[in-house]
Amino acid sequence: MFAYYLQLGLRSLRRNPILTALMVVGIALGIAASMTTLTVLHLMGSNPIPWKSDKLHYVQLDNWSGDQPYYDDGRPPDQVTYQDAVALMKAAKADKQAAMFKLSMPVQPENKDLKPFQALARVTYADFFAMFEPRFKYGAAWNHDQDEGHARVIVLGDEMNEKLFGGQDSTGKSVRLNGIDYTVVGVLDKWKLRSRYYDLTNGSFADPDEFFMPFTTAIDLKQRSTGNNSCWKSSGDGWDAYLASDCVWMQMWVQLDSPARLAEYKSFLDNYVNEQKKLGRFPRPLNNRLLNVTEWMKDQKVVSRDMEVQTGLAFAFLAVCLVNTIGLLLAKFTRKSGEIGLRRALGASRRDVFTQFLVESGVVGLTGGVLGLMLTGLGLLAVRALYTEYKTVASLDWSMVATTILLAIASALLAGLYPTWRACRVQPAAQLKV
Amino acid sequence: MEIRPILSALMRSKVSMILIGLQVALTLAIVCNALFIIGQRLELMNRPSGMNEADTFMFGSSGFGQGYDGRAVMKSDLAVLRQIPGVADATPSNSVPMSGGGWGSGISLQPKQKTSSADTTFYMVDDHGLNSFGVKLIAGRNFTPAEIEDHDQGARVQPPVIIVTKALADKLFPNGDALGKQVYLDEDEPRSTIVGIVEKTQEPWIDSKDIEHATFIPYFLPYGNYTRYLVRAEPGRRDEVMKAVEQKMAEANPSRIIGKLRSLQQVRHEAYANDRAMAIILGAVIAALLAVTALGIVGMASFWVAQRTRQIGTRRALGATKFDILRYFQTENFIITTMGLIAGGILAYGLSLWLMQQYQSPRLPWYYVPVGFLCLWALGQLAVLGPALRASRVPPAVATRNV
Repeated sequence: MFAYYLQLGLRSLRRNPILTALMVVGIALGIAASMTTLTVLHLMGSNPIPWKSDKLHYVQLDNWSGDQPYYDDGRPPDQVTYQDAVALMKAAKADKQAAMFKLSMPVQPENKDLKPFQALARVTYADFFAMFEPRFKYGAAWNHDQDEGHARVIVLGDEMNEKLFGGQDSTGKSVRLNGIDYTVVGVLDKWKLRSRYYDLTNGSFADPDEFFMPFTTAIDLKQRSTGNNSCWKSSGDGWDAYLASDCVWMQMWVQLDSPARLAEYKSFLDNYVNEQKKLGRFPRPLNNRLLNVTEWMKDQKVVSRDMEVQTGLAFAFLAVCLVNTIGLLLAKFTRKSGEIGLRRALGASRRDVFTQFLVESGVVGLTGGVLGLMLTGLGLLAVRALYTEYKTVASLDWSMVATTILLAIASALLAGLYPTWRACRVQPAAQLKV
Repeated sequence: MEIRPILSALMRSKVSMILIGLQVALTLAIVCNALFIIGQRLELMNRPSGMNEADTFMFGSSGFGQGYDGRAVMKSDLAVLRQIPGVADATPSNSVPMSGGGWGSGISLQPKQKTSSADTTFYMVDDHGLNSFGVKLIAGRNFTPAEIEDHDQGARVQPPVIIVTKALADKLFPNGDALGKQVYLDEDEPRSTIVGIVEKTQEPWIDSKDIEHATFIPYFLPYGNYTRYLVRAEPGRRDEVMKAVEQKMAEANPSRIIGKLRSLQQVRHEAYANDRAMAIILGAVIAALLAVTALGIVGMASFWVAQRTRQIGTRRALGATKFDILRYFQTENFIITTMGLIAGGILAYGLSLWLMQQYQSPRLPWYYVPVGFLCLWALGQLAVLGPALRASRVPPAVATRNV
């Protein structure tokens, strides 16, 4: 019976090609707009490390001025000072911990065909790799002893290894950065991060880090971060004064494997800040935070307001398209009152008529969905062209394709429901009189 | 006018009427708010930076290796740059307007003030700074070559003389007598004297609250081995000068990397990419929305015309003119649209209120809704014109057929 209704539906749709096209295009446009924006919204806010996002916590301490909070709403600074980062690393009270900052360094390739270039480094501790779990292609992370020993070692990202060593296993080889040689201890596999969530202060969708270097080594070389640096009072003259200052320029992450560990770490932080208060630092009231990955992403508004507004408007647009489709289907089914009357008189039940017309609406929805899916592809291309930094979040995956088709059919069925109900209430007698 | 028969006919197809009305209402609410957002973005994008954007470009140079003397290279680079034909002037500068990264600080009238009197950005330039930026000095004087001090990264910023923008001068000294006054850039002595005031220079951050609070500092200050230069070409020669500069800089010193040369127009383009994207996307949504609504009206009107062919024929046979029929459908559409628009007006203000609460966006100005009324009335009348004309051509003889 379903196949027969499908056939009837297709025939009926072919009979009024313009009306059908209007309905299909309407649904397709509405679906495309809402799915394009929804895809970007969904991927932007998606959890980058779902299996342990509740264990990784971002450390915030409020070392800001007593006269003025860091944020107007009283939230603490989004980075920590050098002295606090190092003190927390030394205390090592978490299951794993990594302080880090962003650094851009000149690379001098041995291969003379390659011109020297700037590369983006993540300066951090060995635990970084165990915490954020990038996969290694060759070698492994440096170890804690190398952290302690200020070792001149680096871990290369996949792309930089490709550039310098043609993708070969480069562990044990050396790379010259700003006149100093470093030994490669590991090479990462492709690390596809939608957002660089471990450093949201320096751009959520900024370029990925190209290599990794021990924190202690970079500090030896007196390397200041090329990322954000904020001070509430003068840092004084020179490097040592800068390290001892209250300027914030580092991100600090800890891994806490259970809620009990989290509570312990919280009280440890409170104690730490209270100790510091005795030394005359931290003039503000106690305001430490330990947000986990998803909370931190929310706090830092990784999903931009613009995207939320666009998605809202796109769904409102879909609503208009649906109202439009209801109107058009109603018009169409009403014109077929005669045919319905005839079918009813020949013995079709209301249920049969209902199914027949709902199938017809479903066909409109499916066609609209397929067209909408293609338009969504185009829409995402447009988003990538308009927002160059959203490359990683403007692409379709299977779940989104399925959602698109389902949304389209559900929309069309919903739109078809009222007109169909009206159609099956047609009285056979009233239609047959003419 | 024949409003009453139209109304009674409408009451017989309430659902269709409500559907069209609802569509018009949603359309009005979305279009008004989306247009308002687009307007705000365009306004942001069109703020002048105060610079000569057409002729200037910037680039960074990062040296490497032991024995690289950032300060010496900086000085020789500037000499080379200023010699290149077509270069109007060049300056070192830690940042430029709209670039998104720079040096922000407080500025105070008293030593050890609890909260600073104003926020500002610092542009570390030499005596060619103002000329290279292309900003207009409206009071006082430029820096002299003797006032440019050599400093290292991490030094306190306490120059004897500074130049500020008019906006910053007025904020610090509302009486307009900033010239010659002294302010504190650091917590305490020494103070800095305002020797010049420029008309307008933006901060590097486009979302800054006080975007025109900028201070020029007469410092030669390489950031380690990194220096950024700003070059202004003679009018119309920017692209040619950019090529020459790239080549000369590479030749002048091989142990460094010259970053990508970016014109200020490109910097502006990239800075406002998100606002532009938002405006374009909302524009596309508006266009699609109006098209769908118009086509929906055409579809429904065509259906009504088809359904009432016999009734139209009867009216024609009873003496109604073609114009009467046309007017009937136009009026009918006007009534439906108006009802939708009234609902839509309320919806538009409601949506605006929601956006205000959710995103701290400003209130929708009142005139958007009346203008929207006019546009959607026009859209409705145009959309219904085709079907109405078709209706007016129904011959009176139809009335006698098929009965």
